Amino acid sequence: MTNPAEAPAGAPPPALELLGVDKRFGPVHANRAVSLRVAAGTVHAIIGENGAGKSTLMNIVFGYHQADDGEIRIHGRPARIRRPHDAIEAGVGMVHQHFMLVEAFTTLENIVLGAEGGLRLADGLAGARASLERLAADYGLAVPLDRPVGELPVGLQQRVEILKALHRGASLLILDEPTAMLTPGEADQLFALLRRLRDEGKTVLLVTHKLREVMAVSDRVTVMRQGAVVADLDTRSTSPAELAEKMVGRAVQLQVERTPSKPGAVLLEARSLDLRDRHGIARLRDVSFALHAGEIVGIAGVAGNGQTELLEVLAGMRRPDAGEIHLGGRDLVSCGLGPRERRALGLAHVPEDRLAAGLVGAFPAWENALLGYHHRAAYGTGPLLSPSVAIAECGRRMETFDVRPRLPRLRASAFSGGNQQKLVLAREIESSPSVLLVGQPTRGVDIGAIEAIHRRLLQLRDAGKALLLVSVELDEILGLADRILVMHDGAIVGERPGDGASEREIGFLMAGGRPGSA
Amino acid sequence: MKPRGARELPGWADWALLPALNLVLALLIAAAVVALVGESPLQAFRLMARGAFGSQEGIGYTLFYTTDFLFTGLAVAVAFHAGHFNIGGEGQAYVGGLGISLAALHLGHWPFWIFLPTAIAAGALFGAAWAAIPAWLQARRGSHIVITTIMMNFLASALMTYLLVNVLIAPGQQSPESAPFPRGALMPSARALLGDVGLHFTSTPLNLSFLIALGACALVWLLLWRTKWGFALRVAGASPGAAAYAGISPGAATIWAMLISGALAGCVGLNELLGSQHNLILDFVGGAGFVGIAVALMGRNHPLGILAAALLFGALYQGGSELSFDMPHVNRDLVVAIQGLVVLLCGALEGLLRAPLAALFARFGNRDRAPAGD
Repeated sequence: MTNPAEAPAGAPPPALELLGVDKRFGPVHANRAVSLRVAAGTVHAIIGENGAGKSTLMNIVFGYHQADDGEIRIHGRPARIRRPHDAIEAGVGMVHQHFMLVEAFTTLENIVLGAEGGLRLADGLAGARASLERLAADYGLAVPLDRPVGELPVGLQQRVEILKALHRGASLLILDEPTAMLTPGEADQLFALLRRLRDEGKTVLLVTHKLREVMAVSDRVTVMRQGAVVADLDTRSTSPAELAEKMVGRAVQLQVERTPSKPGAVLLEARSLDLRDRHGIARLRDVSFALHAGEIVGIAGVAGNGQTELLEVLAGMRRPDAGEIHLGGRDLVSCGLGPRERRALGLAHVPEDRLAAGLVGAFPAWENALLGYHHRAAYGTGPLLSPSVAIAECGRRMETFDVRPRLPRLRASAFSGGNQQKLVLAREIESSPSVLLVGQPTRGVDIGAIEAIHRRLLQLRDAGKALLLVSVELDEILGLADRILVMHDGAIVGERPGDGASEREIGFLMAGGRPGSA
Repeated sequence: MKPRGARELPGWADWALLPALNLVLALLIAAAVVALVGESPLQAFRLMARGAFGSQEGIGYTLFYTTDFLFTGLAVAVAFHAGHFNIGGEGQAYVGGLGISLAALHLGHWPFWIFLPTAIAAGALFGAAWAAIPAWLQARRGSHIVITTIMMNFLASALMTYLLVNVLIAPGQQSPESAPFPRGALMPSARALLGDVGLHFTSTPLNLSFLIALGACALVWLLLWRTKWGFALRVAGASPGAAAYAGISPGAATIWAMLISGALAGCVGLNELLGSQHNLILDFVGGAGFVGIAVALMGRNHPLGILAAALLFGALYQGGSELSFDMPHVNRDLVVAIQGLVVLLCGALEGLLRAPLAALFARFGNRDRAPAGD
């Protein structure tokens, strides 16, 4: 049902045109005859769930994969792209979700890397410096050229990537999930930059699964589902609800309904937690709060302001330098209880980074369903481990939590992000905890799965459990939390009731603003 | 975001096809080397195969070498599953041999079926003790186990030379060897064991240790994949982050894995000393500790794979020595070179054919690959 509008006579040819691009990986039909037209001088978004084929499509355009069939035209000319080098030659630049930068090198060195221009590095660097200063002035893209990239904040590192692409002469810039690592403020700055690039005649192709970004910055949006283009719309004439429905293939509730909470007794209490990292920098400063049965407390904050450390300290993965954590009438810190003992006391934990902590990617799903609970007697007598029990249990959980594909023996890394998260949630929820710590429950998760995960968390709350929710998605906090604590620089700088909290006010506190001076 | 080369192979290709292709490639290069010195490669391979499997004597020797490689291959695999590369199998086997020899020299008069578990325990204990030092250094101080185990190999060599020259040397002896073990401490040979059940087998060094090594394969499998403890060990090796999250101590996993690894390597002496040499000599390990690395790599760190790979290397050792007897232009050094080629292609360059093979599989679509997301 792709039907790109015919270009009016005399208009410049589209910056990128795909005609019937088809790609299979074995039995997986990743791209089904995708046709796409990206008009020059626009911001064009491609949106779709994980597994919809957006990344494959972009990898074909940038030369990582070869299409089985179809044609790519760049600025009207058929392009034969066999490797990334060909794409760069044709004027395509790509900014990856995970930056391709050498952290110990300066910005300037990173930008000339691979295009040093001759044997003498000094000449190349001088030439590059002049051209970069020009570019920076043209696009308002100021970055410190002589500082090691590793010292720059993530938002600036991304600018270095953009600058690198422009320096190589890119006229079409592809950004893959560009806001995944950014704060809301940094994301807004990025959008302003993208608009400016567009106004200066560049074409921007934005690959994302976030509706808000599409609405905020794009001129046109292409929706993909199951490898095919299902819609090609003018952004002004569509709505988030329509896009979500097209992405998922059914109507989706973007906001899960929530009844007022009925808080009960205090289940977990943190008192004056302090933590310093190896370099002596304070990560937690005098953090105190109480978690009641039957409520969700949301921790809002820009990533890196102590939320990660707070979760780790509460879960027992790190020891605080000072403070107490009370659960079940005991102080977990002074008793020296680790993650295993805390689980036994009913404290479950969905970690922020499911691939680095919550799962072992190379292990099958059923083994991952044991992680942290493997020593329980249910999984085998004494030291023995009984796979049949664990596999059967994993199969049942996959049923309950709608994990797809329903294969307990499939390794965890082969599941999509949303299904991986459901595997972790299933394990932690099925352990029937009284307190659940949840970090970034929907990071990299499809819209359809987000809805299901949010429902689960609310069900748990309504069943009288206490939940601590850490998320960098402010929408998620606002939608789920009964109380919101705002963290900035390791300290809790404000508390607001979940109902009626304004995004603007919370955002102001997150950025370090003082209450009352907004 | 998957760059090129990140593709995956179906399981059977990874486990069987790739090692087989590596082996074929190694043998092709070896054939070229044999042809270069003026001998017929086909004839050479025929001689090797016949030498390894063509007679009872050949089979006996092949399985005798296989026994050593089983112990050292398993040792490398156990450490590998905990995320460590134990290069110290050679030294751990050497020191393990000291424990076995001390047991034989002092307790050899015990009834054999009481002495045997004692000897196994002594070898395992000494091997484990030698591995405990790098393990502790890694767990507590972060000293890299690859470096420390290599150093421990040299220390083992120096220690054993000192002990054999100054302490354990048999009185009135010129060469640094211990006194012969008492008869009652020797491993029953395959000839004797099969003779007991009425089967004839020719006289070879093959002995009861082979069965002990097979038992060790089963035990390692059980330990790693059927115990909670093995699960924790594999989690610590596969993902330190997940281990911290699950409350598994990576330090404890390191130490336990290395103790078991050293214990397995320490059993080489059962085969070499109690089974064949019948006293303690210098350098009895003879590189088996290093071959174990190639065996584990080729066997994908799984006991079944290690069994197949150990058999291959056992055959190469035995067939290779036959070859040097029978071919005038093929000397011992050339045989070592051929074995080295197999180690190189199957061990160090194990991934050489992986990318091209994966590309082939991607092109000629295969139903075994079914990623569930992009």
